[in-house]
Amino acid sequence: MKKMKKTTILTLALICLTFNLKAQKIKGSDTVLPLSQEAAEEFKKKSPSSSVSVTGGGSGVGISALMSGTTDIAQASRKIKFDEKLKIQDAGNSVKEIIIALDALSVVVHPSNKVTKLTREQLEGIFTGKITNWKEVGGEDLKIVPYSRETSSGTYEFFKESVLKNKNYKSGIMSLPATGAIIQSVSQTKGAIGYVGFAYLNTKVKSINISYDKGKTYVIPNVTNVKNKTYPIVRPLYYYYLTKNASKVKSFVDYVLSPDGQKIVTEVGYITIK
Amino acid sequence: MNPIKRISERFIEGIFKMSSMVTSIVILLIVVFLFKEGMGLFSSPIVESGYGLYLNTTNPVSDLSFTQIKQIYDGEIDNWKTVGGKDEVIELFRFDDIFSIYSDEELGENYEFLPEKLNQVITDKSNIIAFLPYKYAPKQSSFVKEISKENIGIREFLLGKEWLPTTTPSPLFGIVPLILGTLLVSFFAILFALPLGLGVAIYISEIASSKIRRIIKPAIELLAGIPSVVYGFFGLTVLVPIVQKVGNLTVGETAFTGSLILAIMALPTIISISEDALRNTPLSLREASYALGATQWQTIYKVVIPFAGSGISTAAILGIGRAIGETMAVLMVTGNGAVIPHSLFESVRTIPATIAAELGEAPSGGAHYQALFLLGCVLFLITLCFSIISEYISKKQSSKIA
Repeated sequence: MKKMKKTTILTLALICLTFNLKAQKIKGSDTVLPLSQEAAEEFKKKSPSSSVSVTGGGSGVGISALMSGTTDIAQASRKIKFDEKLKIQDAGNSVKEIIIALDALSVVVHPSNKVTKLTREQLEGIFTGKITNWKEVGGEDLKIVPYSRETSSGTYEFFKESVLKNKNYKSGIMSLPATGAIIQSVSQTKGAIGYVGFAYLNTKVKSINISYDKGKTYVIPNVTNVKNKTYPIVRPLYYYYLTKNASKVKSFVDYVLSPDGQKIVTEVGYITIK
Repeated sequence: MNPIKRISERFIEGIFKMSSMVTSIVILLIVVFLFKEGMGLFSSPIVESGYGLYLNTTNPVSDLSFTQIKQIYDGEIDNWKTVGGKDEVIELFRFDDIFSIYSDEELGENYEFLPEKLNQVITDKSNIIAFLPYKYAPKQSSFVKEISKENIGIREFLLGKEWLPTTTPSPLFGIVPLILGTLLVSFFAILFALPLGLGVAIYISEIASSKIRRIIKPAIELLAGIPSVVYGFFGLTVLVPIVQKVGNLTVGETAFTGSLILAIMALPTIISISEDALRNTPLSLREASYALGATQWQTIYKVVIPFAGSGISTAAILGIGRAIGETMAVLMVTGNGAVIPHSLFESVRTIPATIAAELGEAPSGGAHYQALFLLGCVLFLITLCFSIISEYISKKQSSKIA
């Protein structure tokens, strides 16, 4: 089985080599996917001799593909885990990390909800199931319905880490397979609360101001606040590649970090690093 | 006969034989693969593989259960007294915390000082519980002790009431809420779909004129061709708000909504199979019935339906099979909360939805991955049961008629 895998990989690699010496593969997070795709297309226009193929699957999928050598760049919406890094080191490689953009998570509620601000502690209480009614956080007497993403998403992990301080979500929390579904459900459920990437915000839902200092200051999620780092729920989006492949992927990574590339970042709805 | 013709016939026969053999072998292999992957779960340790829990040696606690570990890391238990230790506040330590205490330089280039530093941390604090990888964990001989290395048990899997596959340090793989969710949704789906489907089938086969039949039948069969994700989308944007408003519920994503969508999806199967069965009733039987002075309704009720009984049961069971295995539509409308359902108007999580939603990111070969395969096995066994029941019923029926 293993041998077969190896031979398939080898043949695939050979095919790729013969077809196009400059072909690069990017794989991983679905959050970064639209950005990479857009960048790959623009990059191809600039240097027609090279080709970049982009696939999704999730941050974990991308990083394990990097380990097995089936991708050149792993795109991730979370930092590489220690044991993943270790596995790469055990194989005699080292990994290089590049932050390509920032993404903020907005906490959203139904537009009719009177609550406009919440502290991190209150959010933790809501998503771990300790706070169950909106009147406990200054709203009307209405049951809170928290919506979460599925466990496979990087967004789920990041929210858990940043807002819940690694505590577990309440057992039996409603979990939806996509950001679009969260927006849809929150917009049609009065007591709902959910979290979505900043880029997906629209007028069907209302975003909440967040405080990470126990209620002293509440911050609105907008581009300025994310850039000057006052908005707390921000995550970097990463590219990972093996240092031995650096020369191969350099031109593309440089392109993404260049002013042109960062313009795409804004277009796709994320926040530039500079 | 022409020898060339004979050879070519043999050849075609051979091809048919081959294809049937290949199909059977492939199916068998899939089943074997499913069970092989799934059974691996029971040899996985409770605590995430490659990691262990460590305490200070002065701590009298020597064993922590599944739920205790979870409650400690969720902050529900915050004193060692609760789990049989001293009256001390529990201090949580996660592996990544070490990197905020010491810089990379202090830990060494290849992390060679890591075990030492970890040991330091654990020795310094008598109230600590640390979640660390074995590889860097301080050796047992030092001031720490390791707890709970036992494997995940079959009982915990089959009777566990909580499905929390990604919690650290100890994931919970209890499938009771998932099985109940699946069965609840499918059962009510069939409860809604069967009377309706049967009614339509009777109308098409017995009452409708051939002109109407020619329009209705293809229309219903078209229903089967709609991709399930489209049904899911329809459910999420149309059915969910309706259910919420009509039932005056806090949420619209409920088992009931799932049942409705599945009922719609199971209708074509139920209608076309039971309609075929009804139409297969011999004309002689009908004529005999009319000759005895029975009305049309009496004929349908006393002659046609009993004769088509086995076909109708097959339709129902195939409909259930369709409902149990349906993934995408259910994933989108039931809310996927993994709780044991107490009513039809609560969010449920079904087995196929769980597999579809979680397999993408489950690290291949890990406990979560194996648990998902085992869920696949459970699903397979459930549908197998239904197939056997349907086979049994149709055999019994046909022998009765004969």
